[in-house]
Amino acid sequence: MSNPQQIITIQNVYSGFKQLIPLSLFVIVFGLAFGLAATQVGLDNRAILAMSASVFAGASQFATLDLWGAQVSLVPVVITVFAINARHLLMGASLHPHLSHLSTAKRYGAVLLVSDANWAMSLQAINKGNQGLGLLIGGGIALWSFWLLGTLLGIYFGGAINDPFSLGLDMVMACFLLAMVVDGKKDLRIFAIWMVAALSSLLAYWYLPPNSHVIVGALAGGTLGAIWMGKKHEY
Amino acid sequence: MSIDTGGYGALIVIGAMAIVTLATRWGGVFIMGFVPINDRVQQFISAMSGSVLIAVLTPLAINGDNGARLALLATALTMLATKKPLLAISAGIIVAAVVRQF
Repeated sequence: MSNPQQIITIQNVYSGFKQLIPLSLFVIVFGLAFGLAATQVGLDNRAILAMSASVFAGASQFATLDLWGAQVSLVPVVITVFAINARHLLMGASLHPHLSHLSTAKRYGAVLLVSDANWAMSLQAINKGNQGLGLLIGGGIALWSFWLLGTLLGIYFGGAINDPFSLGLDMVMACFLLAMVVDGKKDLRIFAIWMVAALSSLLAYWYLPPNSHVIVGALAGGTLGAIWMGKKHEY
Repeated sequence: MSIDTGGYGALIVIGAMAIVTLATRWGGVFIMGFVPINDRVQQFISAMSGSVLIAVLTPLAINGDNGARLALLATALTMLATKKPLLAISAGIIVAAVVRQF
């Protein structure tokens, strides 16, 4: 690969932290909505904060609330969380070539807080030939901190935003991810891959078990990419 | 297996969620340690990484309400025109909020 070797320094982690701050401000609102929803299903404050801090994966946390009650069946919770978060497996795999030169501790430490936004920005920076691990780690710290702060605000002041949906706030992450897609490299091969990913994810969404569509779409798009090879490494 | 969520029960469920999620964060890196990286694997990974985003977004665009659809459209157009992600996201949210007032 022509990309420079990826390094981790205090400077690029701090820079990554700062670059994710604007988006993290939106994440506060997500967290707020989660904190509010979690109190409404009867989780106590300590448990809500523990969940946001240790799980740090919003969509799966929201989904768990639907399964919550005085009694919780562990197996459906675990399956739901795994299915929604299985895309992290693909993110980790896509980052691996850029982490393989690092020590084991650094390699696994770097992906400890991987989530949609910092992964997308990190990989985009790497594919443009820039340093990306600072965005991954520092950005992860920013997103995690603000997710936790938002959760805390939601627990105590959640009533202030009673309908995030009507304010369009549920669209923050989707719009962000779309902005990353639009900003990426585009040619006929990429469009063909996107079409396959789009169609297969849609079919999976309609006809396969819940939450399988991301994995199905991603693997289908990846498979076409492996068959119809591009000239060199590209996004 | 049902767990009583009073007392420490909730923390046990949350602990299980955290372990599963951490396994997804570490698993991809772990598995790729056993896969020889050749050109074809490289192409698979890069095609897959873009496809993850498409696969998240497509059902949302197709099955979402008009607010969601127009928000995504506004984001895409703003991004193409300005190349500024935060501006594009803001445009999307504003459009969703406006559409949903009606």
